[in-house]
Amino acid sequence: MFLAVVMLASVMLTACSGLAPIPNTSGSSGGDTKTPQVAEPVSLNFWVFEELHSAFYKEALKDWNAKYPEKPVELVMESYPNAEMHNKLLIAIQSGVGAPDIVDINLNYFANFLMGDIQLAELNRVVDPVREYFVESRFDIYSKNGKVYGLPTHVGATVAYYNMEILNKAGVNPDDIVTWDDYIEAGKRVVEATGTPMVAFEVSDQRPFWPMIVQRGSDYLDENGKVILDNDINIDTLKRMHEMMYVHKIAVGMPGGKSWAEEFFPFMNQGGAASIVMPMWYMSRFLAYMPDLEGKIVVRPMPVWEEGDSRSAGMGGTGTAVTMQSKNLDLAIDFLANAKLTKEANIRIWEMLNFDPPRWDVWDAPELQEPDPYFGNEKIFNVMLEMKDEILSPNMHDLSAAAQDVVKESVMFRALHEQSLTPEEALKAGAEELRSQQK
Amino acid sequence: MTKKVADSKEGNVPSKNIQRIKKIFYSQTLAPYIFILPFLLSFLIFFLYPTINTFFMSFHEVLGMGNQNFIGLTNYQRLFNQNFYEAIRTNTLYTIFLIIILIPLSMLFATLLNLKYLKGRNFFKSALFVPALTSIIVAGVAFRLLFGEMETAFVNSILIRLGFSAKQWTLNHDTGMFLMVSLASWKMIGIYMIYFISGLQAIPEELYESAEIDGANTISKFTKITLPLLKPISIYVLTILIFDGYRMFGESFVFWNEGMPGNIGLTIVRYIYQQAFQRNNMGFGSAIGIVLLAIVLTINLIQLRFFGVFKKEE
Repeated sequence: MFLAVVMLASVMLTACSGLAPIPNTSGSSGGDTKTPQVAEPVSLNFWVFEELHSAFYKEALKDWNAKYPEKPVELVMESYPNAEMHNKLLIAIQSGVGAPDIVDINLNYFANFLMGDIQLAELNRVVDPVREYFVESRFDIYSKNGKVYGLPTHVGATVAYYNMEILNKAGVNPDDIVTWDDYIEAGKRVVEATGTPMVAFEVSDQRPFWPMIVQRGSDYLDENGKVILDNDINIDTLKRMHEMMYVHKIAVGMPGGKSWAEEFFPFMNQGGAASIVMPMWYMSRFLAYMPDLEGKIVVRPMPVWEEGDSRSAGMGGTGTAVTMQSKNLDLAIDFLANAKLTKEANIRIWEMLNFDPPRWDVWDAPELQEPDPYFGNEKIFNVMLEMKDEILSPNMHDLSAAAQDVVKESVMFRALHEQSLTPEEALKAGAEELRSQQK
Repeated sequence: MTKKVADSKEGNVPSKNIQRIKKIFYSQTLAPYIFILPFLLSFLIFFLYPTINTFFMSFHEVLGMGNQNFIGLTNYQRLFNQNFYEAIRTNTLYTIFLIIILIPLSMLFATLLNLKYLKGRNFFKSALFVPALTSIIVAGVAFRLLFGEMETAFVNSILIRLGFSAKQWTLNHDTGMFLMVSLASWKMIGIYMIYFISGLQAIPEELYESAEIDGANTISKFTKITLPLLKPISIYVLTILIFDGYRMFGESFVFWNEGMPGNIGLTIVRYIYQQAFQRNNMGFGSAIGIVLLAIVLTINLIQLRFFGVFKKEE
């Protein structure tokens, strides 16, 4: 009986929502209205999974409408929690109805939308003219067979953030740290002098393991999508991380297991670790959640394993895509290009979101060169310019979402936190699981 | 239905049409079907059709937009893996803990609150029932904050004051299970208590009176009268608990909402969610769903048989 009531209610609810007025997305009625001079704005639906991005696109909207008064646009922004938005989008795309015109897709999930018949619009038309000004690998991660389906939001260049207050107590100069061996030695001095660990690792997420293997030219999947999670480089890297935690005792697992856990921010804010290795976009988290570290943090390239390794790796990302369900495909693509590919847009990415913009020819713009008091009054983007050509990005394939899941949920946790498996066993088990999913 | 009425108003002979509609409503044979029609329709659309479709999808590689490749039993073969075993293990342990905790406790509360001379029992009844009305996500968020990992989090601060060390609640298997079971127990105890209270109130007072005359004490009254007469309710509660235990999702989702370390909270339904939605493998997700259905049906059939529910009344 109860079930019947619930079902009846749900029938009625769906019926009601069916009656809701459908927003006019055609915009073709301009000719019939009494004021033909002012074009009717076309409304575009836009989903984001991070509220901060809404403000960014609203600013881009103002810019568009000022530049192109003959093609006015109206944005209907909807912001959902990360996992929820991607589920909703997947269902809308699988079923062919209900997807927005434009959507922010997290790199963790992007591969899911490049399977089968791709339902995202090809963006080469707007990307190709400006491609040379961008960090190329940031387009590769949203591409399949040479076609770009998402526009990058940032480079996500991984760097080391050092807490100078702690390093000074131990007499360590971050500019002397070149290799990971130097880093370990410095770490020992820090632990000895202050009792504070040198670094905190994610144990239920994948950093700094992923950037560490990408900087050595390895990855979870190779460029053809084959699973290489258990190759020698990866095993060696994870072993060295394990040693840092349990042999040299300079590293700890992050409280809450990851750099975005609510437990981690106060830990770091109170000087819980002398450094962390995270992408550039993590600057925004420092500014938002760790106010007490103001003036104490400096940004440096990642240490390397051996000479010739890259000093950074582009991690994470949000690819903004246009769905094929959009009724105003061309307009949506043009709007998006203006919002993310122009110089002004990339300066805005830095100013509004504190991300490292993917267009490198703005890195020396005055807005980006302005010294930041939070980060030791240094010109952060000089660090970026210095390693511009070293920023590799991971390979993206059908199994990418699954591979990241496996590393986050199983490999890191079992090898570094539980220690129920050795680094080698954990990587082998993870790779086996992925191979069993490969068709 | 409304359309018909509207049509009849436009027609020339409205009374005749109304008569006809009235006839349908008053017809002995048709009326019952009309009354169950809303349920029937929603059942067919939202339950039977998806179930059948899931069954078909479980034999396919689902690519979306109606694109499917038949791949036979591959999805089912893939089920023989460590993750699925761990999911079954988590669900089974969780169900067992729920049964061990919830049946005796809710029975105890029901018995206490059924005592005539207990003061303020209506207050306690509602106090115990209120958690059942909160959403699992809302309650879960509160639990997650209470059981935070920092030393300043509520439970950890108490533990430290008592001389224990702070715990990483969501990063260990045993504490993770403890979190899920306690959240579920806290939330559900009120409902099961109400079931047992209704069961208790159905026991005739005379039985206890005559037992008293025969010199029975409280304990033997409880074991000889109350327990046997509560058996139907207990079986019902047990059946529901097994269902609840095996289809658990929210209790795990609220603690580990995007992926969980070491499969700590991986239940069968979370495995469906992970495979179907987080990794876009709808076919495999469907296969897990079908196996879940088979598991729950089997356990419940065995359990109901064991308690003799299918035996004919003597």
